Amino acid sequence: MMEIDRADGRTPNQLRPLACSRNILHRAHGSASWSQGDTKVLAAVYGPKAGTKKNENPEKACIEVIWKPKTGQIGKLEKEYEMILKRTLQSICILTINPNTTTSVIVQVVHDDGALLTCAINAACAALVDAGIPIKHLAVAICCCLAEDGYVILDPTKLEEQQKMKGFAFLVFPNSIHSVLPEGSLLVEGEPVEHGIITSVTHGLMSVEEYLKCLERGHAASAKLSDFLRRSLKLQLPSDSSKAK
Amino acid sequence: MGLPNVSGDLSAEMEVDAFRRLFPLRFYERHLSESIRPDARPLGRARDTTLALGAVASADGSALAKIGSTTMLAAIKMEVMSPSTDSPDEGCIAIDFHMPPICSPIVRPGRPVEAAPVVSKQLSDTILSSGMINLKELSLVSGKAAWMAYLDIYCLDADGALFDAALLSAVAAFSHLQIPIVSLNDDGKIVVVSEEGEGGKLDKEPVNKEKRKLTLRSLPFSLTCILHKNYILADPTAEEESIMETLVTVVLDSSSRLVSFYKPGGPVLAYTSAVQDCVALTRQRVKELKKILDEAVSGMEID
Repeated sequence: MMEIDRADGRTPNQLRPLACSRNILHRAHGSASWSQGDTKVLAAVYGPKAGTKKNENPEKACIEVIWKPKTGQIGKLEKEYEMILKRTLQSICILTINPNTTTSVIVQVVHDDGALLTCAINAACAALVDAGIPIKHLAVAICCCLAEDGYVILDPTKLEEQQKMKGFAFLVFPNSIHSVLPEGSLLVEGEPVEHGIITSVTHGLMSVEEYLKCLERGHAASAKLSDFLRRSLKLQLPSDSSKAK
Repeated sequence: MGLPNVSGDLSAEMEVDAFRRLFPLRFYERHLSESIRPDARPLGRARDTTLALGAVASADGSALAKIGSTTMLAAIKMEVMSPSTDSPDEGCIAIDFHMPPICSPIVRPGRPVEAAPVVSKQLSDTILSSGMINLKELSLVSGKAAWMAYLDIYCLDADGALFDAALLSAVAAFSHLQIPIVSLNDDGKIVVVSEEGEGGKLDKEPVNKEKRKLTLRSLPFSLTCILHKNYILADPTAEEESIMETLVTVVLDSSSRLVSFYKPGGPVLAYTSAVQDCVALTRQRVKELKKILDEAVSGMEID
């Protein structure tokens, strides 16, 4: 399994160094920056503001996502990212608590060095927590890359994304649950809750078995990510009271 | 029906239409518990699908696909362009998906539809990564001229499963595509040979006499499913999509490889068993769609 060489000397399952800081913007109700290696994304949350947009259900809270690329105008790719982010955040938020309100999530790409969408989802999730938006659970996103010979590598850099890769899978899972309940009660259909897919986007041709292999690797990595997210959200909690809102 | 739930009491006293409007989710759940849907389909069955090739006479390839009442019109226009320096012996495909106001009450004139660019991006990702079309076949003169295929898909009626119908119409339009005959003129430029001139007085040898059709490898077909509790509903209508929000779109090619597993959020989580069930339903559907496409193509050849 160690035969594949990565340019930065990582093992296939190794993620790049993670960094997360919250409450970095003064004017926003919540903000966070998230970086995985050189990929860095800034997310700001404004809201909940009164009223929903047209064609949205006023009986629920509405989430609006605005994607700001590093340079230039937004195109189809960014529109797709906005839609995926919006649907993903909607599924982790408790939308019935603030009906007829809109929460805006602004995602600013600082630098793209691969796995951009996953980085943005993680940043947006941390920013929602920072803004105190009611959520059911966190979402942790991971990018799996399927190399030509069937190896799965995690968290690819831009260089690795551009190499001849067979396929990609962007996966989002719920965070792993720390519970006092006995292990068995957290199973759904014989699987732990955190193995359920919130979002899945794939590119390229792969066999169904290879996709399931990506899922399996994704589960293992999401546990690590989820621990990191939990740790970094806890660490900054004391300073939260000083924040003027 | 003896179901011990709250809506059960009300549903006995209320007219069916009123109950459907007031409690849409309960209305559906009552059906689902009986393994049937309001339009009399079993949960795993897609709606009736029809395909008509050559719906647009002025296009080089076109198709009209209907899944239930969801209707898509796809047309391909071929134009000669000079290829980019990065890939001098490859042509190009530009895919655009349009949702005009006639397709749905949600679409208003003059406002861009949120879903349109997303479906259009999904379509070009799927078609390009499935490897259905070898872009090298679109080359005419290496480094000098290549085909640019403009594929435009119009949604005429949006009644759920838009991506499935759009992909079907796109694949059908490519299998109907007749590449126009072109020849080199004296200045070394590519000109289209008109059909009438084909008979006798061809002063220049056509560049692409043999290559009038693209060889399509492994066609991609898709199925959208709704996940709701433990139920999986194949090929949802617009009403079903608005009530139950977790959608999964699986694209498989004709040799059962996975082209895309697309689940954009949604309140229901997909576990491995649901993933496998969706893939199994799609496998079934791919066979049906392949048969429908083969019949449509052979129907054209007889004419």
